[in-house]
Amino acid sequence: MNPATLATRHAQALMGALGRLARAPLATILTLLVIGLALALPAALGLLVTNAEVATGGFSQAVDMSVYLKSGETLQQAQRLARRVRTMPGVANVTVISAAQGLRDFRKYSGFGAALDALTSNPLPNVLRIVPRAEASSAADLERLRLDIGAWPEVDVVQLDAQWVLRFNAMLGVLRRLVLTAAVLFGAGVLAVIGNTIRLEILNRHAEIEVTKLVGGSNAFVRRPFLYTGMLYGLGGAVLAWMILEAVVIGLTGPVARLAQLYGSAFVPTGLAARQCGVLFGGGVVLGWLGAWISAHHHLRRIEPRA
Amino acid sequence: MIQLERVTKRYPNGREALTNVSFFVDRGEMVFVTGRSGAGKSTLLKLIALLERPTRGTMTVNGRNTGTLKVRHIPAFRRQIGVVFQDHKLLADRPVFDNVALPLVVAGAPLKEIDKRVRAALDQVGLLGKERMVPVELSVGEQQRVGIARAVAGKPALIVADEPTGNLDPELAVEVMRLFKRFSDVGVTVLVATHDQHIVREFGSREIVLESGEVRGGDPDPLPSLVATR
Repeated sequence: MNPATLATRHAQALMGALGRLARAPLATILTLLVIGLALALPAALGLLVTNAEVATGGFSQAVDMSVYLKSGETLQQAQRLARRVRTMPGVANVTVISAAQGLRDFRKYSGFGAALDALTSNPLPNVLRIVPRAEASSAADLERLRLDIGAWPEVDVVQLDAQWVLRFNAMLGVLRRLVLTAAVLFGAGVLAVIGNTIRLEILNRHAEIEVTKLVGGSNAFVRRPFLYTGMLYGLGGAVLAWMILEAVVIGLTGPVARLAQLYGSAFVPTGLAARQCGVLFGGGVVLGWLGAWISAHHHLRRIEPRA
Repeated sequence: MIQLERVTKRYPNGREALTNVSFFVDRGEMVFVTGRSGAGKSTLLKLIALLERPTRGTMTVNGRNTGTLKVRHIPAFRRQIGVVFQDHKLLADRPVFDNVALPLVVAGAPLKEIDKRVRAALDQVGLLGKERMVPVELSVGEQQRVGIARAVAGKPALIVADEPTGNLDPELAVEVMRLFKRFSDVGVTVLVATHDQHIVREFGSREIVLESGEVRGGDPDPLPSLVATR
């Protein structure tokens, strides 16, 4: 069969599948609704994670580490150490906060100005403030950096003041895993729904399939319209899921924006990005095709012509 | 075209429908298979259309050994054979045109070609102009002829027909047989199973008589020397 004929056959199978779905609108809509809801749930969780990441913006960058040097170490010594830290892997930036600078800041922000005047000498040490790279900000990476620097003889204490950021990131990690789990579970659900729908369709068209095989229709030929039906279900369900999500986002925009405003943020929730839409629609089509293929492969084999 | 050597067909329920059947049909021949119902005519046609496989013996149809042909080659094999069924096996919810076009569609013929050949086939069976009707709107005889049009539309090398005149009045039956004869005249091999002795006498073609699953008369034309060369 030449490519043009094959393309015509595929177009015919697609149009046939479309026509068949259009001729039973209620059944088609119900099936699409089930698939759409099943796809919308994991997609909504995914959207929650993306929005949480956007809403909390620079949080993951907020991790930093304060290295308090022993009180005997001079400012020159601190600057020398800062140069050394800067060359270490996983370090984005290092600033030296001199003892004098530290005292000025403390006087300014603490409100103990008068009490500090009573001191004859500056009790504060020189401090290095280290900002790790984002890709080296896991709890394990930070802990390793803390132990490394803490072992140096010039260093008194290393304070890692980012527990809550790590916890927040870990929570996002849990959510992301949840998205994946939900996607797998509901994806299996979609497979089952489409597979069962195709099975019923095959049973309904038993006579037609038998005659087609009788006049020499190959399994691929008989299977093709069902695969297109499955793909259309998957794509239609994905589009429906997208519409559901858009509606949810529009509904939530007002309340969420008010909430964000109370936290001094200009955050507004966003819908699926183009890439995420691509994953949703592509996933729908693949699930539809796969569900139909499994069902058709299983059931079509049983239909053999009997004269 | 068709060659059976000591072919036996036993169904899973133990019934032996054909026993040691041997015969030979040459390319372009028209042959009648006769016998009472239950004699094995239908089983023979099922074996030829590869709806069933022989239990024992060797069977070659259109150059293919139907006992060993791989399942994935069966569709292509069936496309070379036009089968006319006693109960038509038409799609009741599709118009006549679609029914006749089906073998051409599965073979991947271009649309123009399909249109041309469906009309030609319907013309040959005298049903041109009824393309858009569905089978239930037609008489039984007309339905039978739609089945024949479908069998010949794909220009098969071999046509097998199971009681194609069973539901037709004598006049129409002769008409249908003349149609088959015309196909055989242009080189198509035709094998017709029938119990209508009148038809067989009228056409004077070679006859193979089946009785209780065995060849009991007629002219099975075994011609071993001829067989060996094919």
